[in-house]
Amino acid sequence: MPQTKKKPVHLQEAQAADNVVSVRNVSKSYGDVEALRNLTLDFPRGQLTSLLGPSGCGKTTLLKIIAGLIEADSGEVLVDGKTVTGPGPDRSFVFQDFALLPWATVLRNVAFGLELRGVARAEREDTARRFIKDVGLAGFENSYPHELSGGMRQRVGLARALSVDADVILMDEPFSAVDEQTRRKFQEDLLSLVKNESKTFIFVTHSIEEAVYVSDQIAILLPRPSRVSEIIRPGSFRQKSVENIRRDSEYLDIVDRIWASLRSYVE
Amino acid sequence: MYLFGYKLPGMSSLLVWGALWELIGRLDLTFFVPPLSKVIATLFSIIGTPAFLSALGDTAYAFVMGVLFAVVIGVPVGILMGKNRLLDELLLPWVNIFLSAPLTALVPVLMVLFGFGVTTIIITTTLFAIWIIILNSRAGVMQMNRSLIEMAHCFGASPLEAFTKIYFWAALPEILGGIRIGVIRAVKGVIIGQLLVSIVGFGALFELYSSNFLMSHFWAVLVVLFALAFTISELLAWLERRVAFYAAKR
Repeated sequence: MPQTKKKPVHLQEAQAADNVVSVRNVSKSYGDVEALRNLTLDFPRGQLTSLLGPSGCGKTTLLKIIAGLIEADSGEVLVDGKTVTGPGPDRSFVFQDFALLPWATVLRNVAFGLELRGVARAEREDTARRFIKDVGLAGFENSYPHELSGGMRQRVGLARALSVDADVILMDEPFSAVDEQTRRKFQEDLLSLVKNESKTFIFVTHSIEEAVYVSDQIAILLPRPSRVSEIIRPGSFRQKSVENIRRDSEYLDIVDRIWASLRSYVE
Repeated sequence: MYLFGYKLPGMSSLLVWGALWELIGRLDLTFFVPPLSKVIATLFSIIGTPAFLSALGDTAYAFVMGVLFAVVIGVPVGILMGKNRLLDELLLPWVNIFLSAPLTALVPVLMVLFGFGVTTIIITTTLFAIWIIILNSRAGVMQMNRSLIEMAHCFGASPLEAFTKIYFWAALPEILGGIRIGVIRAVKGVIIGQLLVSIVGFGALFELYSSNFLMSHFWAVLVVLFALAFTISELLAWLERRVAFYAAKR
């Protein structure tokens, strides 16, 4: 493999075979610009993997290739052993700008994924109500997106992604458009979501703290040409309660170390 | 508008212009401008006559059909142009040419092709209205949030579902704006069509009145047409405001 892959420090030698998503030698160019070069990466089942890197490192491109929204020039993406040729019911997506229908209520927005899959109205609205309650929006079923705050809108986006019951949830900088305090609450909620739902999360972010806080595995992507430079698996503080993570010395070490390796790429 | 501290109802300034018209008419400067009072009296005398009612009926029919075709063809074509780059490249030059073209000059050609009847007038009306409807629907699709399209794709929408559940609704405020302008142009289209064909509807009445120098009749019909066109446009603007409530918030 041409890419440089340093030895991961906190490697927990775990269920190596059970990768729900595998990216194999994927390359993608936009004209002369090389977005991804020969990228290989595995995503273990039931865990949250972050794609972290400076802007322009191709992390969103990689996520959209996994989603089937963008076609790779070469290489392949396997989901549960099957090659991805387009979007499928095994994956759902949470968008950076929420991507809600402004003319539809929260209920219809959350149920929209199921609506497109042809689920009957009563059934899909039952499911949607359950997830609206799960993300903490009970009572807002008949509100319109413009009546909600940014954080609440993203909860709608999250509920929609959860309600279709996909194995893999792809999140494209989902908290970047919400304020700092809401973002912290979101991160805590995301941790319990990963714990309680048996789903695999792939999470794109440019925030180092956020990546270290929420991830079981962090893939650091570097630009020009884009490749995975390092995979970090935080160890001890994963089991700690949410309030104590940010004071954990391993957490702080990892944040510092990632910054040290990224700082030269930030202009 | 305020006058001496009192708020005047909308369009009270028309009274000033009405008074001016009356004055010029009374001065008997030209037979061409009879006093407004005489025009209004004539208006009420002809408004119930079979000739007027049948002209109104013919015009309404041609107008409604013309607008209907313009909307039913224009909106989907506009949306498809906004979606599909190739189709856009193919059609956009023609849409722009026809939008600015003096369509009146085409009516004689249409008369040759479709005869001196209501078909020609309907086609004229459609031709006046359709281009702006296409352009606006296209603009509505082009400005829509790209991630809505990705979202629909991601959750497995078929092309037809994406069309009816995403594109149409996302572009609706622009579509309605286009239809309003299109309808105003259609009023011009239906009258110009009738005037040139001149044996149908108001066109026939205009021809009759002006060739017999019945000026107050002529003005009465004109006032009715202006009032109708204005009312239709205001009605659509009101509808647009009601439906586009979310447009500012997306």
